[in-house]
Amino acid sequence: MDEISANQSEVTCDVLVIGGGTAGPMAAYKAKSRHPDAKVVLLEKANVKRSGAICMGMDGLNNAVIPGYATAEQYTKEITIANDGICDQAPVYAYASRCFDIIQELDRFGIRFQKDENGEYDVKKVHHLGTYVLPMPNGDTVKKALYRQLRGRQVLISNRFMATRLLTAADGRIAGAVAVNTRTADLLVLRAKTVILCLGAAGRLGLPQSGYLWGTYENATNSGDGYAMALHAGAGLANLECYQINPLIKDYNGPACAYVAGPFGAYTANAAGNRFIECDYWSGQMMQEFYNELRSGKGPVFLKLNHLHPDTIGTIEEILHKVERPSRGRFHEGRGTDYRAQMVEMHISEIGFCSGHSASGVFVDEFARTTAAGLYAAGDLANVPHNYMLGAFTNGAIAGEHAADMARQITLADYDPADVARERDRVLAPTRREDGIPPNQIEYKTRRLVNDYLQPPKVTAKMELGQARFAEIREDLDTRMIARNAHELMRALEAASILDCAEMAAAASLFRTESRWGLYHNRVDHPDKNDAEWFCHTILRKRDGQISCEKRPVAPYIVPIEDAERGAYDRHRISRPT
Amino acid sequence: MPLAQTPSTVPVQIDAGKCIADKGCNVCVDVCPLDVLRISEETGKAYMKYDECWYCLPCEADCPTGAVTVSIPYLLR
Repeated sequence: MDEISANQSEVTCDVLVIGGGTAGPMAAYKAKSRHPDAKVVLLEKANVKRSGAICMGMDGLNNAVIPGYATAEQYTKEITIANDGICDQAPVYAYASRCFDIIQELDRFGIRFQKDENGEYDVKKVHHLGTYVLPMPNGDTVKKALYRQLRGRQVLISNRFMATRLLTAADGRIAGAVAVNTRTADLLVLRAKTVILCLGAAGRLGLPQSGYLWGTYENATNSGDGYAMALHAGAGLANLECYQINPLIKDYNGPACAYVAGPFGAYTANAAGNRFIECDYWSGQMMQEFYNELRSGKGPVFLKLNHLHPDTIGTIEEILHKVERPSRGRFHEGRGTDYRAQMVEMHISEIGFCSGHSASGVFVDEFARTTAAGLYAAGDLANVPHNYMLGAFTNGAIAGEHAADMARQITLADYDPADVARERDRVLAPTRREDGIPPNQIEYKTRRLVNDYLQPPKVTAKMELGQARFAEIREDLDTRMIARNAHELMRALEAASILDCAEMAAAASLFRTESRWGLYHNRVDHPDKNDAEWFCHTILRKRDGQISCEKRPVAPYIVPIEDAERGAYDRHRISRPT
Repeated sequence: MPLAQTPSTVPVQIDAGKCIADKGCNVCVDVCPLDVLRISEETGKAYMKYDECWYCLPCEADCPTGAVTVSIPYLLR
């Protein structure tokens, strides 16, 4: 295994779904369910059985809009406010209106959600305003349940193929994609009428403080390939300067996790064990307060559970040590940390792009359509703010259905064979060099410089220095990077995606000359929020081979927000410590 | 320019006595998201070839004989 053979073949389909984590399987399932005679291909860099952010399942839904607990209007309002007003509400509203159907469908797949003694969904309050968090007692079974459905519908699954570039026709329509096998370096050209990007977050952008390249918050397979592919296909990417930064257990890549432990009475505290934030919901404003406390004399920051009853702690451990990040228990064991005795030290994560938790993603409308004809996006890489796992499922379903309908109405677009030849040369270039720099060093250097120059608080002169250093790495990557086998080639191609994302992060952050979203876009030399000039999306795209940025107005709200409500997430700090 | 061989202690350990890769099992190699496990041509057993681990545990959870143990990578332990 891993020897380079570099053959080439071609397949044709109606709908191509790239990424088999969360949104992708649902998109493929819904496309095939909608039109069973359609040929639907699901392409995955790893193996659909255990790929993506939820490879070990999930402990709950963070944003369930369940009748009786919340309404689509309420949820849309909350997310608009949490995202500092920069939000096209139509996709959020479409999600909120549809997600209860998806919950019931997942329930039928065998994924159970917690119910109380009356048989009602046992929804918990974690957000600042509304109630949306629903535990999943058998959340470890999610991927298996999805996989069964895909097999039942006869979706064509291609594992261990990494998509590298989208193909477009002369008229700009999407024509398919090029992919490379991660164990043989064989190339695959996929022609498709519509393509859905579900490649997850750009999680390998910043470097974790441990220095271990793979110790990222996001599944380390999520190297931002989807962001890079959207860029090179000419699609618009929105608000990339609104980074993802999360509060995590120090040195471990899992959340502490206040969404699970909070409803049981745990909370985020400073070194004295005092609360300093009103609400543990992850927003940029909350992260700014977290950062301030961390740097203050009252830091560091902890998750406090040791005041809870041992039985309660046992229940929390049963959830946290079994799903999503099940190695958490052995991490604590190694450090001698017991939730009953000590508070758990926390820190902030490396930066990344991820709409699932913030708003940095490929621009989409309420049908999951990007700005490129025939190209859709769903899940962590599509900019429906704060959409989490249930957003990936729901928006994946919306994308799959629309893309399948569209594929029936259009013909297959022709790609230019010269584009494929060029991409083949780009992909295989590192395998053709005798000597040079291995991908792990290119990647380490890029990500170390991301930390040095792009991590908030953001400083103009530093980000410009970062751009100059990235250009030097680009030169090395283009002319000197080597890959000695197919596995290393996958890492080399990922390093290229990571560098693309670093350049996008710098360009987007420099463009928006104000501060917004708390820590996510805290520009020290433009410290104030400037609604007069910057109450808009920023859209980054490639024009004439260069990254360029422009403003895009926020679509008129469909759920009105009163002026008095707009600042709710700005008032996070507790006025008098408890 | 020759490349250096830098040693690294790996997070995934395989109990060779329990591993049945030599009988055709490929489960851990199949399910690893980062694709870091391989079957050794010398021993016929699974091993961690690339130190690129997200310590996510599918390899351990899905192994039919309980041969796989994942520990937290040393750098963040």
